[in-house]
Amino acid sequence: MKKNIFLVFGLITMAAVLFASGNKEKIANTKVGFNVGDMASDFKLKNVDGRTISMADYKDAKGFIVIFTCNTCPFSKMYEERIDLLNQKYESKGFPVLAINPNDATKQPDDSFEEMAKRSKNKGYSFPYLYDESQAVATAYGATRTPHVYVLNKKPKGLAVSYIGAIDNNHKDADAVTQKYVEDAVDSLLDGKAPKVTSTKAVGCTIKWKDA
Amino acid sequence: MNRSIKPLVILLFLVCFSASKSHAQDIEVIKYPDLAKLISSQSDKNKVINFWATWCRPCIKELPQFLELYNKYNDENLELSLISFDFVEDLENKLKPFVAKKNIEAKVYLLDETDYNAFIDKVDPSWSGAIPATLMVAKGNSKRKFIEKEFAEDELEKVYLNFIK
Repeated sequence: MKKNIFLVFGLITMAAVLFASGNKEKIANTKVGFNVGDMASDFKLKNVDGRTISMADYKDAKGFIVIFTCNTCPFSKMYEERIDLLNQKYESKGFPVLAINPNDATKQPDDSFEEMAKRSKNKGYSFPYLYDESQAVATAYGATRTPHVYVLNKKPKGLAVSYIGAIDNNHKDADAVTQKYVEDAVDSLLDGKAPKVTSTKAVGCTIKWKDA
Repeated sequence: MNRSIKPLVILLFLVCFSASKSHAQDIEVIKYPDLAKLISSQSDKNKVINFWATWCRPCIKELPQFLELYNKYNDENLELSLISFDFVEDLENKLKPFVAKKNIEAKVYLLDETDYNAFIDKVDPSWSGAIPATLMVAKGNSKRKFIEKEFAEDELEKVYLNFIK
């Protein structure tokens, strides 16, 4: 009897250890956030003009170019003009840019809501610049860096994530770009086709997360 | 009078300037193939390769841990490489002065690449591209560990020692 108890106890311990280590592996291997093909969640975020914006407000949109970016990252600054051009080109075609700043302003004071409003005004942004104060949206999307783009395609079922990654393949020189990843993806969607390139990577600034 | 002094002043300035810079290391500007070689070349040292930039605040915050690691283990079998993503235009006016000011002895490289998508996965498929990020390669290329995050205080040495065990 005693032996049996030990055996059972031993088995339970073994199972627990296996489960725990298996779980750990799983967590390490599973990317948190959306993958291409997933349905993205809508959000309600405060825009620099004080309005609260969500994607549901855009009844006529065919999709969205959601860009996690900020005031402070050199890459974001290099791309801000191109982000504005994207909006100018695609808003009227049904794919507006929604820029979201997820940085914790206590870690990066120049990313505060006030500073965002200033930058948007000074640079004459044509797109909404939203403040993800709780960082819930960046977390849900699985954004890791700025700039980090998610192209969403509106379908009856929801907002299908169609492209994740960089804006193009040359952060330094817009004229030297040979691959316009975001434009190519949106053009394909406007043509009713699936984008050829659905994910790319780029070096960027880490999102400044709040301390857990 | 003024005209005759001017070159002298310039010369003096240049001498002082070069003297103050003589301690700083030469920073090698590299491309991805050089980085690939750096990562995968056979070595009897444990490689720690940190991806950073002077404009990256969390990178600068964790940098002292890397310099400490260098001081402690460089004579044993650590080979520390600091791969900067600073822009090559900023080499002279930002990166070099920074490296000199911090007295960085560990080897610093500036990776001058623009098409990031072409190599990030090759460094490690789990890398999203955010920095700081660190790659550890055990001697003889026996194993690798890729870490995309800023090390907490005193964490780097523990992770390193655990890795080379």
